[in-house]
Amino acid sequence: MSVSAGAAEVEAKRGAPPRPVEELDSVVIRFVGDSGDGMQLTGNEFSKAIAKAGHDFATHPDYPSEIRAPTGTLFGVSGYQIQFAARQVFTSGDAPDVLVAMNPAALKTNLPDVKHGGIVIANSGAFTDNNLAKAGYAANPLADGSLGDYRLYQIDIAGLTAHALKDAGLSKKEVGRCKNYYALGLMLSLYSRPLEKEEEDIRRKFARKPELAEANVLALRAGYAYADATEMFVTSYRVRSADIRPGTYRSLTGNHAAALGFVAAAELSGVPLFLGSYPITPATDILHELSALKHFSVNTFQAEDEIAGICSAIGAAYGGALGMTTTSGPGMALKTEALGLAVMLELPLVIVNVQRGGPSTGLPTKIEQSDLLQAVYGRNGECPIPVIAANSPADCFDCALEAFRIAVKYMTPVIFLSDGGIGNAAEPWRIPDPASLPKLEVKFRTEAADFQAYARDAHLARPWVRPGTPGMEHRVGGLEKDFLTGNISHDPVNHERMVAVRAAKVAGIAKDIPPLVVEGPDEGELLIVGWGSTYGSIVQAREQAVAEGHAVAHVHLRHLNPLPPDLGDILKRYKTVLVPEMNLGQLSRLLREHYLIDVVQLNKVQGKPFKVSEIHERIVELCKGGAK
Amino acid sequence: MNDVATLTKKDFESNQDVRWCPGCGDYAVLAQIQKLMPTLGIARENFAFISGIGCSSRFPYYMETYGMHSIHGRAPAIASGLKLARPELSVWVVTGDGDALAIGGNHFIHAMRRNIDLKIILLNNRIYGLTKGQYSPTSELGKKTKTTPHGSIDRPFSPVALALGAGATFVARTVDSDLAHMAGVLRRAAEHKGTAFVEIFQNCIVFNDGAYDAITDKSLRDDARLLLEHGKPLIYGKGRDKGVRLRGLEPEAVALGEGGVSEADLVVHDEAAEHGGLAFFLSQFDAPALPVPLGVFRAVSAPTYEEMNLQLHADAEARKGRGTLAGLFNSGDTWTIE
Repeated sequence: MSVSAGAAEVEAKRGAPPRPVEELDSVVIRFVGDSGDGMQLTGNEFSKAIAKAGHDFATHPDYPSEIRAPTGTLFGVSGYQIQFAARQVFTSGDAPDVLVAMNPAALKTNLPDVKHGGIVIANSGAFTDNNLAKAGYAANPLADGSLGDYRLYQIDIAGLTAHALKDAGLSKKEVGRCKNYYALGLMLSLYSRPLEKEEEDIRRKFARKPELAEANVLALRAGYAYADATEMFVTSYRVRSADIRPGTYRSLTGNHAAALGFVAAAELSGVPLFLGSYPITPATDILHELSALKHFSVNTFQAEDEIAGICSAIGAAYGGALGMTTTSGPGMALKTEALGLAVMLELPLVIVNVQRGGPSTGLPTKIEQSDLLQAVYGRNGECPIPVIAANSPADCFDCALEAFRIAVKYMTPVIFLSDGGIGNAAEPWRIPDPASLPKLEVKFRTEAADFQAYARDAHLARPWVRPGTPGMEHRVGGLEKDFLTGNISHDPVNHERMVAVRAAKVAGIAKDIPPLVVEGPDEGELLIVGWGSTYGSIVQAREQAVAEGHAVAHVHLRHLNPLPPDLGDILKRYKTVLVPEMNLGQLSRLLREHYLIDVVQLNKVQGKPFKVSEIHERIVELCKGGAK
Repeated sequence: MNDVATLTKKDFESNQDVRWCPGCGDYAVLAQIQKLMPTLGIARENFAFISGIGCSSRFPYYMETYGMHSIHGRAPAIASGLKLARPELSVWVVTGDGDALAIGGNHFIHAMRRNIDLKIILLNNRIYGLTKGQYSPTSELGKKTKTTPHGSIDRPFSPVALALGAGATFVARTVDSDLAHMAGVLRRAAEHKGTAFVEIFQNCIVFNDGAYDAITDKSLRDDARLLLEHGKPLIYGKGRDKGVRLRGLEPEAVALGEGGVSEADLVVHDEAAEHGGLAFFLSQFDAPALPVPLGVFRAVSAPTYEEMNLQLHADAEARKGRGTLAGLFNSGDTWTIE
């Protein structure tokens, strides 16, 4: 089916009776275009409008590592997917119900993902011979019937935007930039969302350029009116509001949530935050966010390299600040030696690794979980560092607080693993009452009597002394130290004792880890063990399998070093343990090594998150096969 | 706790045995810094010494102050973080030619350009001592070491030129054997507001003994070195009978009184010159054609990084008020589910 309508027809159809509205449980929409087309913006704005309607949602931005790849090319395609629903949403969805394709390249690269019979909205004006050739189409797919399996809507978004703005007095280039708001208007109408709030947003966003604000509002209204007035969309859709816990919400990406968590750590402890960092995709947004918060006790320092990023944070921690650094895989590799120093100095420090595809430069803008073993083991010497991982964008807030809680209580560096999916994806965050957040207790030693730099408390943590405190001048360093004084010691027995105590200190963190929550049966055939951003896909896959009558349990790990103390017992209660990971089996190795059990691996290393169906399929196979 | 007014050199000596080779130039530097500290009017607990790796980097262990012996080359980065977190501290970096200029070159130049108020003391012995005698980035061309058995083909850095090129606001050079000169230069560095860089020619008695004989031997040194004095002409020589004048943009050593050359023909040192050209010009002087300058090459005033950072925070707070978590959490687009 293919429909198209021109501007003149739209004019003629005004005042037509409203279209019937179809109720849906959930919708997955993907916006795709050139990386300069503003698809991330369109997606973001749409998700905000959706959130305000009381839906739960999850998003997945997918963009190339080139800032503006040559227009019209297959590798320059940038996309933004959102799933919103009348129920809790855990992933951005497997297959789009609706694809908004701004050019042939976007259509070509994304069509295979679209649900059979799904809606394809094509920006027909961009399907020129030139663009078709760049995308490798021999014939125009809008005209040759090859899209017969989809509900195709051809809309000349660029042309109609230009038509709507012909009197706005803008340059051709400026008009071109308004087309994403036209597309947004189309979608808001199709999904029965009001325009008013979006118009307010646009005027706020472009407050300094009122003429652009008005142009974008015009484009938005034109898109909305077009969808309203044409008969090309035979129905509008409405997704019922989800049953969401009452409260005030905002949409946050994982990187933004982490930044808020770090500020909260500083405020709750009364200790200033210091971020030393070097820009790297996909971690840089944390540095961006914190750099803008100079009215808090937040210092940010864009260092000359990754090494200086962590080293400046170590210096700040030595000075008595909450020192932290943010990076991604290759940067993590560069920070390795300094991590060892932080372990020897026994200073609190948080290192955020927003993982991306590796090794080396790898896939900078894509998702992977392949730095787990690096985090747990990747240093010279016996060099234990606690590792935690966030499982969703909003969870990054809690993990930021948890990372500093461990760091200051145990006087240790802590690695906080996120990934490009979590870092850039947005979901609703229920805004907490700051008074309800757990206090973060920091004690600086000020009592000079009987001071020993490496004397330990019940948690094996040494005292944190701020330089400037009289009577406790002391030296620390990377050389092995005496067990008590911290002075250089090459004594063999002392070294072994220090290696053991550093290991025992980190192992002891396990006693703080709350009991794991297992979803599903307490024992039985199949347990899924996950960590990090696979959370959403696993939850939905399990729910689907349970609905089909399979008995499946799921436990998701936040603490990866040390592992939760009750995990061993839980693992033994199931015949089969399935571990889905976006790597070649790194958690699987850890589980085998720690618990001497075998696990079934499910691995995906394509720079893309698991589809729910991929995990579901494996669950069903294992259940049917009587496991294993 | 010590009263600042009654502090002595002894108060800055830690209880750790000093483990440099007997006769090492590092001893003299340690003694001068320990002597300087109590005269600066700063409480002992407000000093922090940060070092990297190498012989010179053992320095913090011997100072009864806060200190950190960190990792190779990274001391300027660690010290930068410390100073930004704690601007009230007096933060010193002690480093060497390998530490600062080879593995740590990047941090070194960035510390220079940012003008964070750090005192960076580079003990330059032109050799790797701790690893037992390999050539360093300041070793002269042709130098034979264990890794250059046929002579080095690496052209050396001038640390002073590098610091100047990176925009340092205070750059000086002294030598381990001239205690009075070293004391004067270190005091100037301590009093400078901003990154102060001091290169100290330091003799490694084991692996590079005599590297600086020409400018340290009492019978030779006056003809080989030039003591820089602000506002004074470039005069040197045992009888103060030599000087340096300009021929076009080239320096030329001249004998005063010969061919009608007088003091008035000589270049006059101006450490505070707005343009860094003169300091760079001086940094290129090398034996035997020209005397090796010692003293303050450049000392100019510029806002420090941490002052500007504090100002940014003050401005933000004045503009937005002191931030609150509730305000931060609820900023941006929010919606309420009943």
